[in-house]
Amino acid sequence: MTEATGQEPAAEGLVLQRLRGRFGDVVRDVKVWRHETTIVLAPRDLLPVCRYLKDDSDLAFDFLSSVTGVDRRNLLNNSPRFEVVYHLYSVQFKRRLRLKVRGDEGEAVPSVTGVWESANWHEREVFDLFGVPFEGHPDLRRILMPDDWEGHPLRKDYPVEASPKWWEEEPA
Amino acid sequence: MTTARTMTLNMGPQHPSTHGVLRLVLELDGEVVVRCEPHIGYLHTGIEKGLESKRYQQGIPLTDRLDYLAPLSNNLAYVLAIEKALGIEVPERAQTIRVLMTELTRIKSHLVWLGTHAMDVGAMSVFLYCFREREQILDMYEAVSGQRLMSSYFRVGGLLADLPPGFEAQVQAFLADFPSRLEDYEALLTQNPLWRQRTVGIGTIRAADAIALGVSGPALRACGVAYDVRRTNPYCGYEGYQFDVPIGKVGDVYERYTIRMAEMRQSHRIAGQALQRLAPGPINVADPKLIPPPKKLLKTSMEALIHHFKLYSEGFSVPAGEVYQAIESPKGELGVYLVSDGTNRPYRVHYRAPSFVNLQALPRMVEGRLVADVIAVIGSLDIVLGEIDR
Repeated sequence: MTEATGQEPAAEGLVLQRLRGRFGDVVRDVKVWRHETTIVLAPRDLLPVCRYLKDDSDLAFDFLSSVTGVDRRNLLNNSPRFEVVYHLYSVQFKRRLRLKVRGDEGEAVPSVTGVWESANWHEREVFDLFGVPFEGHPDLRRILMPDDWEGHPLRKDYPVEASPKWWEEEPA
Repeated sequence: MTTARTMTLNMGPQHPSTHGVLRLVLELDGEVVVRCEPHIGYLHTGIEKGLESKRYQQGIPLTDRLDYLAPLSNNLAYVLAIEKALGIEVPERAQTIRVLMTELTRIKSHLVWLGTHAMDVGAMSVFLYCFREREQILDMYEAVSGQRLMSSYFRVGGLLADLPPGFEAQVQAFLADFPSRLEDYEALLTQNPLWRQRTVGIGTIRAADAIALGVSGPALRACGVAYDVRRTNPYCGYEGYQFDVPIGKVGDVYERYTIRMAEMRQSHRIAGQALQRLAPGPINVADPKLIPPPKKLLKTSMEALIHHFKLYSEGFSVPAGEVYQAIESPKGELGVYLVSDGTNRPYRVHYRAPSFVNLQALPRMVEGRLVADVIAVIGSLDIVLGEIDR
């Protein structure tokens, strides 16, 4: 989706160099656009990489800004369908980094609540609005929508506007 | 159900001290909170979903409605994210006006926080004074945009319009008065023994816990962490302004109060500098694909007519890609994650709402303390349900 332009900024170069040195070819894909670096990982590599990024004293990504989702259904390259996006920040080094994992409908993504406590509500939100399950989450419930709500509103096949009739017609 | 000693108390969503529609389920042992579980979503309006169906410029009024006490901060994060994806930077004058208006917004937002927080704890009169000063800032909103609350004044590529005549004098008059007003508020609270009893040592959180829980803004700085996006990752030219980032030590309700009071002084300082920097110049980027041509040109220029027609019928497209833009809103790190698929509508917009994340730390601050402290702690977090539930 994004194109790599120019060379990587120095700080992000360090992250990649460290990750490759420590984990080998764990990085599936790297994109640098508008001075922002995105690293795509396989779901099974997410937890060890996150722990390392947080604990390594030269990287120290101790602050998880946000976790969110993207439904790639309407994009040209739309498989796997869902993407979970993590925005990390290092309070000490003032650096940002974006991590991504991808998965299809129903495929669980490991929960990072054990690494950053703040992931708890963010992951509940992604579960609620996209229907992506998180493995190992301590309390995976809907957070914004009512508990008995059907469907996941931020999916691309969920209508923006729906008359009450749309709901009545649902159970055929 | 609960056994023997504890009682479950439902606080909200219609409780006046929950600042909107926050619902807390409290498990109490006598008056002591054993467990606190926030329930949110009562104000969920699908703003992120709505943004996906609107053209870039059309989405701005929706963002006003997130943190409705600081609408211009929401505008700013959104337009900066789009401008970053477009690869453009707005002219100097527009940058300065954006800084001036967002700092006034910070003061305005902090005034509502101060008034309601003090009222929750029992000091009624502060509220009336705060709203008196807030009204002056709302008048400025009205002067620049015609709207008191949801002004949507910042636009992709610049501003809705230039400042009206007399505006600088209006701000100057406010800035001249404001320090003495701040002293008035402080005279009512800072050394007041009742206020101190209700706030000192209450709702304490350690810096390490605050970072782990993603707390940002004044609540994080009260624990002694100097994380302020304006300083650490500047935008809009903040690196060229003189200001301090006030930090605390213990991170209790009282320090969150003193930090915000100090921040209002800093905002006053920045606004003063911005006012001095204001030099005549363009307020929009010179790109007819983004900014509509002056109305009078439409009758004489064919290109202007085409640009006008294209902008209002299909808008502009943003190159495919993704960006994250964080700003320091009055509540903390406000981040917009924007995914573009190359069309004239955003593919996905996510708001990293500081209140949403800060509220997650509430149970840590109140468990083991008294019910009455819950009210003081909620007030000190300065949450806005509009941006929590989105």
